[in-house]
Amino acid sequence: MDLAYTEEEEEFRARLREWLASVLPGLPAKPSPDDWPARRAYDTHWQRTLYDAGYAGLHWPPDAGGRGATPTQHLIFLEETERAGAPYVGANFVGLLHAGPTIAAEGTAAQRARWLPPVLRGDEIWCQGFSEPDAGSDLAALRTRAVRDGDDYVVSGSKIWTSHAEVADWCELLVRTDPAAPKHRGISWLAMPMDAPGVTVRPLRTLAGSTEFAEMFLDEVRVPLSHRVGAENDGWRVTMVTLSFERGTAFVGEVVACRRTLDELAAAARANGRWDDPVLRRRLGGLNAEFRALWRLTQWNVSEAQRSGGVPGTGGSVFKLRYSRARQELYGAAAEVLGADGLDLDREWVLDRLSSLSYTIAAGTSEIQRNIVAERILGLPKGR
Amino acid sequence: MDFQLSEDQRALRSGVRELLAGRFGRDRMRAVLDRGEGAGRELWGELGAAGFFALRLPEDEGGVGLGLPEAVLLFEEAGRVLLPGPLVGTHLAAGAVKGAAEGRAAVAVAYDDGFREGVGRDGGGGRVADLADADALLVLGRGEDVRVLTGEPLRALVRAARPVRSLDPLTPLHRVASPAGRGDPLPADAVRLRGEAAVLTAAEQLGSAARTLEMAVQHAREREQFGAPIGSFQAVKHLCAQMLTRVETARVAVYAAAVTADAVEIAGAKLLADEAAVGNARDCLQVHGGMGFTWEADVHLHLKRAWVRAARSLTAAEAEEILAGDLGRAEPPGRAPGARV
Ligand SMILES: Cc1cc2nc3c(=O)[nH]c(=O)nc-3n(C[C@H](O)[C@H](O)[C@H](O)COP(=O)(O)OP(=O)(O)OC[C@H]3O[C@@H](n4cnc5c(N)ncnc54)[C@H](O)[C@@H]3O)c2cc1C
Repeated sequence: MDLAYTEEEEEFRARLREWLASVLPGLPAKPSPDDWPARRAYDTHWQRTLYDAGYAGLHWPPDAGGRGATPTQHLIFLEETERAGAPYVGANFVGLLHAGPTIAAEGTAAQRARWLPPVLRGDEIWCQGFSEPDAGSDLAALRTRAVRDGDDYVVSGSKIWTSHAEVADWCELLVRTDPAAPKHRGISWLAMPMDAPGVTVRPLRTLAGSTEFAEMFLDEVRVPLSHRVGAENDGWRVTMVTLSFERGTAFVGEVVACRRTLDELAAAARANGRWDDPVLRRRLGGLNAEFRALWRLTQWNVSEAQRSGGVPGTGGSVFKLRYSRARQELYGAAAEVLGADGLDLDREWVLDRLSSLSYTIAAGTSEIQRNIVAERILGLPKGR
Repeated sequence: MDFQLSEDQRALRSGVRELLAGRFGRDRMRAVLDRGEGAGRELWGELGAAGFFALRLPEDEGGVGLGLPEAVLLFEEAGRVLLPGPLVGTHLAAGAVKGAAEGRAAVAVAYDDGFREGVGRDGGGGRVADLADADALLVLGRGEDVRVLTGEPLRALVRAARPVRSLDPLTPLHRVASPAGRGDPLPADAVRLRGEAAVLTAAEQLGSAARTLEMAVQHAREREQFGAPIGSFQAVKHLCAQMLTRVETARVAVYAAAVTADAVEIAGAKLLADEAAVGNARDCLQVHGGMGFTWEADVHLHLKRAWVRAARSLTAAEAEEILAGDLGRAEPPGRAPGARV
């Protein structure tokens, strides 16, 4: 058990810090959360900045345009960028964290050459069209159909809760290519251009008031057969690859941010007198233990991945379960610190409190994560 | 950074697990329980011979020369099998109290964090575990003072002590008057010793939490109701999954605390390990149903021991105050203009 970083790792960190200090002051002002075109521009600009400096696709394999960095270097990158207040991955999320890695792992050479460089350069934004109104947790129940017609699939159906759909260029889309097969067997994974005729995006308003995600209606959209990643009807397996990336290191930066928020909350409580309440004080102390442990859990999982050659382990589900809950408790405590100001949407942390409600739902609900932990890690028998 | 067990640490862990399976298997644990006695001299000597107490003494002092992370692995295994006796005290006193390193002496611990006056039937004093058979008492005070009571001062303290009918049948308890100022001062770093006691206790909690998870999973696979193993029912599955997240969270906290020996990190480790041990024993009992409520099942022993350990060497309230004290003091680093979107 060695928590010290090696000399090379520390050098990497030092160079990165220096670079961040040199570029962050010149960054344009952060756009309003409701101005989607501006948000896209902001996020892709940051991605381009990373690309030009050689920091794009750190954790991607070199033959996919990545840097082949170790999981630990990637961890340092996420830690330092967050610590320095650098922009979050934002609209680049799906491309960098799951569509890209999936194409890198499962795509043909031509597919990799077509889709990966623009993701790394920040030229193209992806979204994830998996969920449907009747297929959320039961993802394999999806009904969006794709029927072969010459060199194309003709796709019809609808998707929902598609994050960043409004500004995306591409969608990693799950479709049913064999309606007669058992439900897990008839699915395929397609890359769908969002500007194709027949694609309609209707923004959905979240409970936080923003338009983070959208409904998507697909009316006889033509997608070339060459846009299918993996074999026809083998999309479920490809999806599992995607989901393992989704739960990998996606939350590292957020844990760093949560620890800072906790510190700021304590400082605010010390300033406004709430600190004298031992119940609240102890609650913040307990959260300190929680987020410190979540950081250690991240290091543990990353070290394990490094030993096993970079494959994300099952630790991701354990982490997501604990983190999604802790994040909600953190902002619950924030409301206590704020007191009556906790009802003021213009106060810091209030919007975050609303957003935190999604964490036990998105990317697989906590109940589904518990099923995964019980069946795949603990080996309990499958239920119905 | 490589936050995983090294090969040597893995080997040590499996070696200790094997040793304890041979020397303190369930039969022997049950025999100790039935006799209502402590661990017994024989077992103590065996643990001493295996290097349990001298693990961290330098090799030229007859020790094994390993560190706190290795000690934590040992104590985790001890927690798994409900090893009784003053393990923490004897381990901490190795090298300072004659015979402790070899397991010829048993050293109890008094966590002197403000004993109340008197030892009457209705309260007062402080609780000390495994006192009756102890050859020495290590007194860890709040301040800088560390003391050791042996010989007549110890006997006097024991004579005046009042036995408590202990909640945990494997941990005999006494109520004693404050030992402050008695015995011989030990030239030791009091803060360090208290921290180590907390980490080692947390490691025992971690082992217990991991063990009750295994017991629950095994039972959930075997026990059938409604024509199916109860582990196929989601309510039971989710209990088990929650148990695993407690174990894994406590594990990284305890291991990291052993590596850094940082006071705040130690407080977090104790807090999370207490939560894991108590929470998992509770859930394990639930998974066992009526069988879990019997004396025959080991679940209650884990729960009771977990409660005893949670109440000593950094309680939740103390740990949370330490963790809170760490927060919000420094001005947080300023954020760059391009903050998170
Ligand atoms: C902020 C946000 C962003 C999202 N972004 C995207 C995106 O970009 N692309 C995309 O495809 N999807 C996205 N989603 C959708 C998300 O993946 C689903 O909402 C999620 O998987 C849950 O599905 P559901 O909403 O249909 O809930 P349901 O599956 O209907 O679940 C409702 C409740 O029932 C419980 N439940 C369901 N099945 C079981 C079971 N077997 N056992 C126990 N309990 C069960 C659930 O845990 C939950 O509590 C997003 C969601 C949110 C909130």
